[in-house]
Amino acid sequence: MLGYIIQRVFLMVPTMLGISIISFIIIQLPPGDYLTSVLAAMADSDVTFTADQIARMRENYGLDEPMYMQYIQWIWGIVSRGDFGYSFEWNRPVSELIWERMGATLSISFLSLLFVWAVSLPIGIYSAVRRHSIGDHIATLFGFLGLAIPNFILALTLMYVSFRYFGQSVGGLYSPEFVEQAMSWPKFVDLLKHVWVPVVVIGTAGTAALIRILRANLTDELNKPYVLTARAKGLPEHTVILRYPVRIALNPFVSAIGWVLPQLISGITITAIVLNLPTAGPLLLRALVAQDMYLAGSFILLMGVLTLVGMLLSDILLALLDPRIRFH
Amino acid sequence: MSQINPINTVEDRPAITLLSDDDNTGSLEVASQWRLIWIKFRQNKVALFAGVVVLLFYVVAVFAEFLAPTLPSKSQPRLTYAPPQSIGFFVENEAGERAIQLHVNGYGMTVDPESLRRSFTVDKEVIIPVGFFVKGEPYELWGLIPMERHLIGPLNPKDSMNLLGTDKLGRDVLSRMIYGARVSMSIGLIGVFSSLLIGTVLGALSGYFGGWVDLAVQRLIEVISAMPTIPLWLGFAAAIPLTWSPLQVYFIITLIVSLLAWTGLAREVRGRFLSLRHEDFVTAAKLDGCTTKRVIFRHILPSLTSHILAVVTLAIPTMIVAETALSFLGIGLKAPVVSWGVLLQDAQNIRTISSAPWLLVWPAGAVVVVVLAFNFLGDGLRDAADPYEH
Amino acid sequence: MITESCTESRTSNKKSLALSVEKLSVDFHLRTHILHAVRDVSFSLYRGQTLALVGESGSGKSVTTRSIMRLLDSQARQTSGRITLHSENSDVVLTDLDPKSEAIRKIRGRRIALIFQEPMSSLSPVHTIGSQIAEAIRLHHGGTKKTAMESTTKLLEQVEIKNPAEMARRYTYEFSGGMRQRAMIAMALACNPDVLIADEPTTALDVTTQAEIMDLLKRLQESRGMALLLITHDLGLVAEVADEVAVMRFGRLVEGGAVDDIFHAPKTAYAQSLLASTMRLERPAEARASRQLDDDSPMLSVSGLGKSFGIVNWRGKELHSTKAVEGASFDLYPGENLGIVGESGSGKTTLGRMILRIIEPTAGQVMYRDAQGQMADVTRMNRKALTRFHRDVRLIFQDPFASLNPRMTIKQIVGEPLVVNNGMKGAELDARVAELLELVGMERSAMERYPHAFSGGQRQRFSIARALALNPRVIIADEATSALDVSIRAQILDLLIDLQKRLGLSFLFIAHDISVVRYFCDRVLVMHHGRIVEQGDAEMICTAPQDPYTQSLISAVPNPDPRHKRMINRTRFISS
Repeated sequence: MLGYIIQRVFLMVPTMLGISIISFIIIQLPPGDYLTSVLAAMADSDVTFTADQIARMRENYGLDEPMYMQYIQWIWGIVSRGDFGYSFEWNRPVSELIWERMGATLSISFLSLLFVWAVSLPIGIYSAVRRHSIGDHIATLFGFLGLAIPNFILALTLMYVSFRYFGQSVGGLYSPEFVEQAMSWPKFVDLLKHVWVPVVVIGTAGTAALIRILRANLTDELNKPYVLTARAKGLPEHTVILRYPVRIALNPFVSAIGWVLPQLISGITITAIVLNLPTAGPLLLRALVAQDMYLAGSFILLMGVLTLVGMLLSDILLALLDPRIRFH
Repeated sequence: MSQINPINTVEDRPAITLLSDDDNTGSLEVASQWRLIWIKFRQNKVALFAGVVVLLFYVVAVFAEFLAPTLPSKSQPRLTYAPPQSIGFFVENEAGERAIQLHVNGYGMTVDPESLRRSFTVDKEVIIPVGFFVKGEPYELWGLIPMERHLIGPLNPKDSMNLLGTDKLGRDVLSRMIYGARVSMSIGLIGVFSSLLIGTVLGALSGYFGGWVDLAVQRLIEVISAMPTIPLWLGFAAAIPLTWSPLQVYFIITLIVSLLAWTGLAREVRGRFLSLRHEDFVTAAKLDGCTTKRVIFRHILPSLTSHILAVVTLAIPTMIVAETALSFLGIGLKAPVVSWGVLLQDAQNIRTISSAPWLLVWPAGAVVVVVLAFNFLGDGLRDAADPYEH
Repeated sequence: MITESCTESRTSNKKSLALSVEKLSVDFHLRTHILHAVRDVSFSLYRGQTLALVGESGSGKSVTTRSIMRLLDSQARQTSGRITLHSENSDVVLTDLDPKSEAIRKIRGRRIALIFQEPMSSLSPVHTIGSQIAEAIRLHHGGTKKTAMESTTKLLEQVEIKNPAEMARRYTYEFSGGMRQRAMIAMALACNPDVLIADEPTTALDVTTQAEIMDLLKRLQESRGMALLLITHDLGLVAEVADEVAVMRFGRLVEGGAVDDIFHAPKTAYAQSLLASTMRLERPAEARASRQLDDDSPMLSVSGLGKSFGIVNWRGKELHSTKAVEGASFDLYPGENLGIVGESGSGKTTLGRMILRIIEPTAGQVMYRDAQGQMADVTRMNRKALTRFHRDVRLIFQDPFASLNPRMTIKQIVGEPLVVNNGMKGAELDARVAELLELVGMERSAMERYPHAFSGGQRQRFSIARALALNPRVIIADEATSALDVSIRAQILDLLIDLQKRLGLSFLFIAHDISVVRYFCDRVLVMHHGRIVEQGDAEMICTAPQDPYTQSLISAVPNPDPRHKRMINRTRFISS
């Protein structure tokens, strides 16, 4: 088992490298470099530099070196010092800006994942066992709708509905009066009042997808001979279904972390922009629009790494759940 | 051993009672793959209906200029945020007689004394007659044929008909939706086509060269599918220079969307290709003396095409949503280009939405309906794609 | 401990009724039609006796067993009939019980137990073997986990699994096919049932394993006095183990009676023909005897052929290798039928494919003498020469459903080698394909149809037609008849013999079924663990084998004659 985990971690390295390269490409994509941006800003405030000064600054920032050296320096900064570069828009190191936002992103993603599981498991089982019943048709319809409505449209709609019919604004994570306060019980209650909107919005697509997958897998498993064996033993029907086919159809549930997580993080990015949540999304968009590339690239890098870690966890859980994977 | 049934007649087939009359097994024997797929697909009524819906949307996209009552860019400064009008069929003349006359009602304006904001209401008293094939704003169909007839519009070109309301500049939302359909629907098609191209080229490369090329392509697919797509889209889209023309932006956005979507297609196609490569009938073709080219094109690809078609159909809605999302956030397509995402840009804050919900409802509804239709269609195609599994 | 509660009625007289099925009919409601899968079937099971339910695929055997357990799926409706489980105290009418009721659940597993064909998929892949058996014990007898595990260990010991305490903690995929079936039997016997239903229990197993499993089943049945309902398509197995036989066809019971009567005095035409096609394969084909082999130099000469699959580490260094085939040497003479026999994993299929270089050999050579008498080493041929070689030496596949491209018409499939090699087209192609179809006994009208319009046997004929298209000299038939029902099997073999006579072909006939090889082949190679252990005259090998493995293999083959049981008194081979 330990060997398996080590092997998985080892396999992650090239993917991680790929993700960092893509992030770096995004940082480098806009025309001009970091210094051009700084100089432009300086020029705005009437500070000018001589060509000589500019060349020295270039050297200082390492911008005169070839691209791969800049990449290595960037990565080395992150790995050795946790230095993600400098946000020129905020005039602060990226690392100062990023962690709080990433924490909120992670928490909401995790809550959404729990929501996805909690909802799709019972509905999926019900749908598969009672195929073609009215409940199954409703679940299927809900599934299709959930998949078809893009996150941000769902968020906008929820916003509109709650504003129009409940007179309540659902943006943000806290009501305005709590934002600046320290964490307290009323503030926590207020958080719960707000957090369900992003969780539902982000989780819907994943829930719909998982219901469909679980229904399809379980339908397959229900026809397997081992289910008949279990019935022939004389087990009651619900025990048969829960102990055998459901146990095996659970695999995609665990492996779902691997692909639901990127989806959730994707979803939260855009949903957060619509709902104005203090997560990475709005900051990322702002950084991108302002071409504050180190900040933007770091967010993209961290989001990629986050999904990779999620995939690793799902692989490990899967191996725990299914002995066949463990022994191969 | 107990009783044995006395059977004297010789039976040569299982006993069957037919439920439906049309026993078309005879014609099935000579039915080709596509006919069998069609027969199977046809039974799925929902998918059939979804197919019709998709087709309708494409018809609208193709004939946008003619179908739209007016030009998408024509603003009416005196009619901003005007609510939708509904079409009426009967009018009453002075004598109180009812006559058939297609019409919409005009607007009445009220000014809020406190905020001094103007708002419009539909005024039942004002009748604006409406007709089919009326003369309206001149346009060029497909940018080629100069025309001025529109499918539907007010009989008097000076009148204003806004069946789905107007936006902040007083532009007709219906016309903008119809023009938007052209951009949004075509981005799906072009995007999927380029995805398929990228996927096929890279898939072929990795299959042909094998070894480290294959390894690199597989890693690339893994990396891209591990990345959360929206942040990546944002990253690439934000790098588009502001100076680019709308057409350039349109193509680059399509490319970005397909750059990230090809992995799913490539993986699906590669997986099927690899499993087909070991089928007995492919081995048989090799032993028959077929060249590699013939094995691929005559024996493997025909088995793949229906699956590819299904996968592609399921990928189109992702592209449409991606474009919509990017444009909505303001880093995708920008005015004067009209797409559903650009339309949704107007519906970004809660105040606009609550005072002019039609700016959200129609474009969002169109996106949802199209995505739903493509999903049902794709599902139907996928289920019918292999008519030979038991 | 386990058995106390179920052993009340063990002291019965010789013929005491255990289960009776009266006029059972089951319909399947499918989308387009209703299939009458079982019609008016009646039979009885007695304690300590074995009833074999025999029939070809689709005869309704399995549906009958599911009805007894009340485990029919939702499409199936029982339309009439009565199934009664008898015991000394009281009889239970199973058909009166609700399939979901507790009453029927108390009977399942406890008084009637079931064993399936495919032990791999019949056991849960994610639970240990022990926990699956213990579950049944605790369900019907209660007790703690610990006592249940102790009973499980005892059961595994009874079914002759070595080191049972350790094996109980293993998972299904860590067991071999035979061991899985033993575990399955242990599970079925956990509660000492009165009736055991075994649905094709050995079909997925090799003959030697089959013999061991049947041995075990018979012994356990006798010691416990169970009634055994054996579902099978193998008449040989029936003759070896059954007391009574019921023959089913298309849902009806066509004939039933004592095993000796059925085999030696069958009354109905169907039973006669079924028996005839089985018996026919018990001796060499008569048509073959008249042939003369004149040419004495081999046309295909294989020497030292081997294939090892290496496990390589990341630097390309070989860690260890498994030898699928090792040092295979033999000759194939013109006009000869050479059989290659072996159990699964013996390397016989790999050997056949290496000759065609579908799998590249890692050692040895294959010398081929072409029609002009030129010798060439197949393993060193370039692409062009290999294509020429593939015209002379053709392959027929096992699975008639996988080997024909479903998207091409029969004409396209059979004509493909003609189009590719000879560039034939138009009327000429039509004529040649029609000729080939006629040769394999199919009508010209088949040309425009697709494979899905045909049955397995018919498809195999098209496969043969394709192989014949280029006037080959050698045909490698890889398990070409093993996917077919026994009556079709004999027809296809006769077709091949007929074609051989007319076209002067040589056959390399790969099979696991000894009787087919005996019927068809002049000489036989026996393979075991990748090596050829014996080769020689087919009749000699089938009647008086020399090698100990061959002896055990041959004697494990069930003999379709209840008066001369072979399998039960077989020679055992202790594998090294």
